[in-house]
Amino acid sequence: MRKIPFEKIVSTVKTLCVKSCYELPQDVIAHLKASTDSETNSGARKIIDQLLENADVARGERIPICQDTGLTIVFLEIGKDIIVEPPADSPDATIIDAVNAGIVAGYEEGYLRKSVVAEPLNERKNTNTNTPAVVHIEIVPGEELSISVMTKGGGCENKSRFKMFLPTDSKETVIDWIADVVEQAGANACPPFVVGVGIGGNFEKSCLLSKKALLRNLDSKNPQSFYAKMEKQLLEKINASGLGPQGLGGDTTALAVLIETAPCHIASLPVAVNIECHAHRHASAIL
Amino acid sequence: MININTPLDGNIVRSLKVGDSVAISGTLYTARDIAHQRLCNLIARGESLPIDLQGAVIYFVGPTPAPPGRVIGSAGPTTSSRMDAFSPNLLEVGLKGMIGKGYRGQVVRDSLQKNVAVHFTAIGGAGALLSRYITSVEVVAYEELGTEAIRKLTVENFPVIVAYDSYGNTVYK
Repeated sequence: MRKIPFEKIVSTVKTLCVKSCYELPQDVIAHLKASTDSETNSGARKIIDQLLENADVARGERIPICQDTGLTIVFLEIGKDIIVEPPADSPDATIIDAVNAGIVAGYEEGYLRKSVVAEPLNERKNTNTNTPAVVHIEIVPGEELSISVMTKGGGCENKSRFKMFLPTDSKETVIDWIADVVEQAGANACPPFVVGVGIGGNFEKSCLLSKKALLRNLDSKNPQSFYAKMEKQLLEKINASGLGPQGLGGDTTALAVLIETAPCHIASLPVAVNIECHAHRHASAIL
Repeated sequence: MININTPLDGNIVRSLKVGDSVAISGTLYTARDIAHQRLCNLIARGESLPIDLQGAVIYFVGPTPAPPGRVIGSAGPTTSSRMDAFSPNLLEVGLKGMIGKGYRGQVVRDSLQKNVAVHFTAIGGAGALLSRYITSVEVVAYEELGTEAIRKLTVENFPVIVAYDSYGNTVYK
């Protein structure tokens, strides 16, 4: 068994939170740049240029790309041969505690916005730490720990949707609904989007897949040709809508559509769409 | 680019049409959901407001904390439609402009027309860039709300686009 010190996880999560908020990933920048070549609307091109300039300012001046530094979502892939070594003074501390401690430190020291309220409907009091995070855990072979931090804003998350289709519904029916969800998200969710889609599993699994899809490189394709083709069809359909950057018109409504799938019940066809804004922020590390 | 200064009056507002690129200089007040709710509760009770809304422009933003050497952190617009239930009440008592991102409902559009006011969009997700146009920041109400407090921002040539004008038009299709 390999031991990983609690503090190593804390410091890694802290670094990833700050990096995620300051540095737009290179694949997102590349797709934004490429869209200025294909975009026929001059106003839309100007907006994309400003988004690229914004990314430069954030990276260069070490301030957040967007003021909404998100609810922090952390994906952990925990090798089965790992033990997290807790601090001497808190032997019961878990890997989740380490993640949250890293977020507390990252959001404070990185001057990130704390956007989490302690409970949702009654007092909605800000926790002032941006914790607790939403943490998703998978156990994998080996003795490595993979940590992916996503700092996802509320505006686009608010426009994400789920629908249970009939098992006999067609690919075209599903495509039409997904494209409609994206169009309904509109200007409010800060296009150009990255569209995460989860198909299959069950109610909660499809939603999780739609979020996990967002961790993929924007140049990647679903390994199954059926779904790779569907990603392409959806991207073309969404970009033909004319919504454009900021919803002000143009050919660039989405930068990528990323589909993830899972086996599902014979009676079900769950589909989830997680809308992500152009400030598509995430960062990963492997310990 | 059209340059305007705050406070706004009817003549300035009437000169603005959807799609116009505008640079605003002067004062913007920040307010998000809770601050809007509190202001509207004060109006409903007939009490005085912590800010002067006559000709004022409200910016829907919750900035990140200012790092050392800066007046503010990242400061881009939040979704406007969440303020739809509150904005008409503020327009009735003198508010002339708002800055956010995304759509406004029909009730707000009607109120903009009735009260001769304007709604602007700033580029959502460009908070680092937009912070460059903010020259000073002062918390003026509800400090306990943290990022959601009402702040008085001084801005120079803050770039926006007219999204809804005082004639009932919108830039969105």
